[in-house]
Amino acid sequence: MSRLIPFFGFLLLVALFGFGIWWNTQHDQREVPSPLINKPAPAFVLPKLDDPAQTVSRDAMLGKPYLINVFASWCIACGEEHPVLMTEGKTIGVPVVGYNYKDAPEDAKDWLAKHGNPYDMIIVDREGRTAIDFGVYGAPESFLVDGKGVIRYKRIGPLTPEVIAKELKPAIAALSKEQP
Amino acid sequence: MIRRLFVGAHPVRDNPTRRPAWRRAQGALPQVLLLFLVASIAFAQAIDPLPFKDHAQEVRFQSLTRELRCLVCQNENLADSNADLARDLRHEVFNLMQQGKSDEEIKQYLVDRYSDFVLYDPPVKTSTLLLWFGPLVILLAGAAVVVVTVRRRGRAAVTVTDDKPTDEGDDW
Repeated sequence: MSRLIPFFGFLLLVALFGFGIWWNTQHDQREVPSPLINKPAPAFVLPKLDDPAQTVSRDAMLGKPYLINVFASWCIACGEEHPVLMTEGKTIGVPVVGYNYKDAPEDAKDWLAKHGNPYDMIIVDREGRTAIDFGVYGAPESFLVDGKGVIRYKRIGPLTPEVIAKELKPAIAALSKEQP
Repeated sequence: MIRRLFVGAHPVRDNPTRRPAWRRAQGALPQVLLLFLVASIAFAQAIDPLPFKDHAQEVRFQSLTRELRCLVCQNENLADSNADLARDLRHEVFNLMQQGKSDEEIKQYLVDRYSDFVLYDPPVKTSTLLLWFGPLVILLAGAAVVVVTVRRRGRAAVTVTDDKPTDEGDDW
């Protein structure tokens, strides 16, 4: 019987490594869970893309939930996400605020002119300073902010029809239940 | 010869009358300096010059950014990474240092935004207990197995001394 112990040890290791492989295919290994979920969104004051003289602040956005979508013209995955936002952006039931991240405003405008503009409003963070407060580390990222200015959901990576149906829409539905 | 390799013999450019004064210096020193300059530019790409107050602050900055993870290339630390965000975060760390923040405050600032993941040295918490003490548990378990086995063999050797000295190779 004791001769079998190494074999059981081997089986245990196979199970452990097998679990490791399975686990790594189940989730995005690069995803860093945001500590900002269920915390107030950082205060921001950022200019609008179409009129830099006007600024948008977190406090001015209080009262109604909205989705912040971090994008940039240089970001390849944003190009994948873009058609999804074009078709589904209006169906999610909250305004979509484009967050133009570390981008030249002209490039962003060209990009939107070429591919279409799915956003209700676009704010510009040229230096990416405010994005650090949001914990942005790579576009595209999306934040669902509720009427009290609290971040309720974050998506790292492109929004896909699947993610919108399974994660984003339920999160938005939960918000509307709270605030009749 | 070195100069020829670097500058190249160009019929017009090498015409002494058309060359600028610094090129006309015939000593080897300018070329050597140029060589060092080129080499140092190649090495300095990841490190952007920051106006540190003194050397001590620079050392502190280097050791701190080495303990922080770059979120973009996640196997690199902030000090080494060439990623755009890493540069921004280095500047952020630098600015916080200028404001007189301590290392702990700066780490907390980044943890508040990017979670414990930015720390290469994970803090001891309930969720990291296994990470911290798991190896110790495994070591103790191994030691327990060794102790039990040695004792059992010792007992077996005493009872069957005339049969076999030990059960060599028989057990694992």
